[in-house]
Amino acid sequence: MVIKMEIIKTEDLVFDYIRRDEEGNVEGITTAVDHVDLQVKPGDFIAILGHNGSGKSTLAKHFNAILMPTEGTVRVDGMDTEDADKLWDIRQRAGMVFQNPDNQIIGQVVEEDVGFGPENMGVPTREIWERVEESLKAVGMYEFRKYAPNKLSGGQKQRVSIAGVLAMHPKCIVLDEPTAMLDPGGRKEVIRAVRALNDVEGVTVILITHYMEEIIHADKVFVMDSGKIAMQGTPREIFSQVEKLKELRLDVPKVTLLAYELQKSGLPLPSGILTGKELVDALGGQLRNRGNQ
Amino acid sequence: MIRDITLGQYYQTDSVVHRLDPRVKLMATLVFICSLFVVEQAAGYIIAVLFLAFAIKMSNVPFQFMVRGMRAILFLLVITFVFNIFLTPGEAVVSVWKLTVTREGISMAIKMAVRLSLLIIGSSVMTLTTTPNNLTDGLEKALRPLQKLHVPVHEIAMMMSIALRFIPILLEETDKIMKAQMARGASFDEGNLLQKAKSMVPLLVPLFISAFRRANDLAMAMEARCYRGGDGRTKMKPLHYEKRDYVTYLILAVYFAVCIVVGRVISWGKIL
Repeated sequence: MVIKMEIIKTEDLVFDYIRRDEEGNVEGITTAVDHVDLQVKPGDFIAILGHNGSGKSTLAKHFNAILMPTEGTVRVDGMDTEDADKLWDIRQRAGMVFQNPDNQIIGQVVEEDVGFGPENMGVPTREIWERVEESLKAVGMYEFRKYAPNKLSGGQKQRVSIAGVLAMHPKCIVLDEPTAMLDPGGRKEVIRAVRALNDVEGVTVILITHYMEEIIHADKVFVMDSGKIAMQGTPREIFSQVEKLKELRLDVPKVTLLAYELQKSGLPLPSGILTGKELVDALGGQLRNRGNQ
Repeated sequence: MIRDITLGQYYQTDSVVHRLDPRVKLMATLVFICSLFVVEQAAGYIIAVLFLAFAIKMSNVPFQFMVRGMRAILFLLVITFVFNIFLTPGEAVVSVWKLTVTREGISMAIKMAVRLSLLIIGSSVMTLTTTPNNLTDGLEKALRPLQKLHVPVHEIAMMMSIALRFIPILLEETDKIMKAQMARGASFDEGNLLQKAKSMVPLLVPLFISAFRRANDLAMAMEARCYRGGDGRTKMKPLHYEKRDYVTYLILAVYFAVCIVVGRVISWGKIL
């Protein structure tokens, strides 16, 4: 049997932020990531969840070799991120999309921005154009290729950023709160594009977020709290533990919360209901049962 | 709307001049400016004007756009004219009170005014027909030989294009901060000059902080997309010389030669 190698694997990962005073003396150490072991298989859709300051963004920056571990190791597609010779390979394999769309678009025209990554990698001109076209089509922004980025909406800008990463042909895309600065419409747009990448193109996705609605389609969810992985499992497993999520200061989707409250007040519903449709079906089942009695 | 601001003064249309390689246009502007200072005689200026008129005609940009650039330097033009006319020593023509208008003064003043106007119009032909982006690309490639002297040509070009990209963003931000300060009772257009300057401080400090934060984010995003300087980088839109570019170089050479011969060597038609 062939065991597929993990695309991202962290072993006992620790990262300390060191605060210094004006003379450079160490004032204090904050451990942002605290002994994290995590494995991501190729093709998975992974969500990392946590409230502000839980260390999820710091963790994400290790997947792209932007931050180096204080202790432990991070392997991307089998390569150690601390291996300086492999740095650019790692950054090509694991692309990264950041929170603020304005601060990551470099080009003055959409298509030029998408071409920026391939240009840096030394891809021949003809192939750059092919990659730009296919990436923009994959996120549904091809009609906007001649636009100036500042004429686009937030959701569109973020889709351009995703196309920019996609044009580098990564195996894995890490999205660090890509929807935090967007309105609800833009959020849906971006999440739809990300899901399509995962389903259609088979790109491994690691989505970092604090919006619960965005993770219900994930294959696996990691919940972080003060630098540690507090919970992990499928979205259903996570959402069936409403009390624990509340303890970790996370909001549960309204539907799940409603189902949980109904369940608590005596209605025999299954736990971990994720969508409105599931709740309607479960309630419909209940009504039929009562009618039969 | 601050969102619709156009950078530089690019005039969108299709023409031979628009399609020329930016390096050719840079060179042409340089040659044109040099030619203005090489010629001494009126005939030379006539040739320069004719050449400029030809370039404008070919560029398909309405003439009023060319003159628009002149408005900004009108003040400078008047001052140059006045100073030259009164302060050039030589043969007196008219003398009023302590001011003397000299023959040489009039000649010099006219010459300087013509030179300045042609210079401004000439360079606006370039900026009107070339996008800022194209211009930086052209600069990068034209100055590449300087890389051997350890001039960071690629880095300078990259900085220029990033600066251009961030101008609208920072303008929007300025607008936002201004409104936020106004909502808290700040006023930006009251009082004398000193007070106005002082009222800019609460605007500039947050703007600078945010610009630094953006720069930090952008640098990280660029590194994440494998940016590692100019070495080994390919171009999505590489610059290639076409036939029209070589033809333009030829026209330029002929023009410059004619300027030197007519404007300098042959001594007829001396101004005044």
